[in-house]
Amino acid sequence: MKIVVCIKQVPDTTEIKINPVTGTLIRDGVPSIINPDDKSGLEAALTLKEKHGAHVTVITMGPPQADAVLREAMAMGADDAILLTDRKFAGADTLATSHALAAALSKMEWDLIITGRQAIDGDTAQVGPQIAEHLDIPQVSYVQDIDYNESIFTVKKKTEEGYQVLEAEAPLLVTVLSSANKPRYMSVKGIVNAIDKEVKVSGVADIEAEESKMGLKGSPTKVHKAFSKGVKSAGEQFEVEEEEAVGIIISKLKEKFII
Amino acid sequence: MDLTSYKDVFVFIEQREGVIQGVSLELLGKARDLANVLGQKVIAVFPGFNISAQSQELIYFGADKVVCIDKPELEYYLTEQYTQAVYQVITEMKPSIVLFGATTIGRDLGPRLSARLETGLTADCTKLEISETNDLMMTRPAFGGNLMATIVCKEHRPQMSTVRPGVMKKMDKDLSRTGEIVDFNPNFNPSKFKVKLIKSVKEEKGKIDITEAKILVSGGRGAGSGGFKKLKELAKVLNAEVSASRAVVDAGLVGHERQVGQTGKTVRPNLYFALGISGAIQHLAGMEESDFIIAINKDKYAPIFQVSDLGIVGDVTKIIPLLTDRLAKEKASRK
Repeated sequence: MKIVVCIKQVPDTTEIKINPVTGTLIRDGVPSIINPDDKSGLEAALTLKEKHGAHVTVITMGPPQADAVLREAMAMGADDAILLTDRKFAGADTLATSHALAAALSKMEWDLIITGRQAIDGDTAQVGPQIAEHLDIPQVSYVQDIDYNESIFTVKKKTEEGYQVLEAEAPLLVTVLSSANKPRYMSVKGIVNAIDKEVKVSGVADIEAEESKMGLKGSPTKVHKAFSKGVKSAGEQFEVEEEEAVGIIISKLKEKFII
Repeated sequence: MDLTSYKDVFVFIEQREGVIQGVSLELLGKARDLANVLGQKVIAVFPGFNISAQSQELIYFGADKVVCIDKPELEYYLTEQYTQAVYQVITEMKPSIVLFGATTIGRDLGPRLSARLETGLTADCTKLEISETNDLMMTRPAFGGNLMATIVCKEHRPQMSTVRPGVMKKMDKDLSRTGEIVDFNPNFNPSKFKVKLIKSVKEEKGKIDITEAKILVSGGRGAGSGGFKKLKELAKVLNAEVSASRAVVDAGLVGHERQVGQTGKTVRPNLYFALGISGAIQHLAGMEESDFIIAINKDKYAPIFQVSDLGIVGDVTKIIPLLTDRLAKEKASRK
């Protein structure tokens, strides 16, 4: 079985803080990580590899320093890695990103493509399904578990009410949730191997993508403006003994006709 | 692309086992506002099976026209079946705007359609407005809620967005509203139906919907591990639901269905208790629209006090049992 896992390097958004004076993001010192859903997608691929045998390729689109997440993925157990990097990819929205990845994927062989459900810097959950559409293959999103038996994938999809079990033959694309599993750590041997391994670097010309569909030019959506949220003015604040605090809350609830 | 040939505001109506989802009615309400500004119509696109009898309901909640696609292929949601049906409606009727609920269905269908239509899709919008040039201005949080961005899709149609449940307000049901109901017959290509549904399982915990609660008693790391029992007791006397911050859910103390925030649910109850919640931006993004917010936290500089209406600096584990007692007594005295 051939599996390709799409991963993204993201800033750890839980570490981002806002400068209270200027209202801008403080990005200095914020670590870059493999997007959590993608990391669980990779773990799912590595689990399938152990159970059924598979060749696992990781691919990312990003600046040259995104090489780091590919090395980490190989240290976890991915067999090889591809970095899509080119100034022409810059400024891509989800649709343009999906066109770039789909163009690269269409030059490869795969039975299963795995993406994370969504990335923590954008939370859009769009690129996976869009890739599947461009490649004309079925998708299952919000995946909690994948198994494989006699060329059929059995997939557990999480829903608001519970879950669904779905089946599809290869080729298939799934988008995996970070709650699906606990990704393994890099092994020492893996780290040593990953340093020496070659990351294949490709640009727009290498993947023969239509340039008009790449980057900012190929993006139907554009950011009109970005701003930090206006802070609502704070209400009353009390620092009093517990009994008195309870009294204040009770009278407020009465005032609001809640009790 | 001739942009002027695209008009009207479409809402994808999501039903599950024939039950129209609340988020779809909320979107009809928002679509009504947008269509009024544009001087255009609100059109409900309603796929499913044995559902046509409910079409009138959508008119009462703001639609001018219902496009009902009542077909056995659409009995339950599957990506390709629904994509084919809605794609054909869109290419035939050329809407200017299409709105989807940001649910596991809307967030699966929306991107698939956007790729088939080669148009943009903006996820999880919190604000939708019409600009002076009649373009849709779609505002959404980014970077885990740290930043807001207004997105436009000026040169492609339709302009599409998803909106999370609880963000928009539905109209009051208006029985005097009238509208047109039409049936739509898509040409399905079954050779593309490659995913089979084996079973759907409902889990008991999935039934709680904190977005519907009038009062939420929400706990964070500062509520302590033993604190959740106390929170549940407080919730009980207030007829409230318990919810939680991400830290508590990640620690396994409370299920994900009760998580408030950017990666959980967006809530706007009448009263929100933030107990031992410091107020990370991700959390605030999910609750700051609540009508009244009472926060209790040990740290008087905690960001939660920036959005609270009433802030108490103190120990949650001590104050809550006292408050629960007093409320129980108040309740008993009124009987």
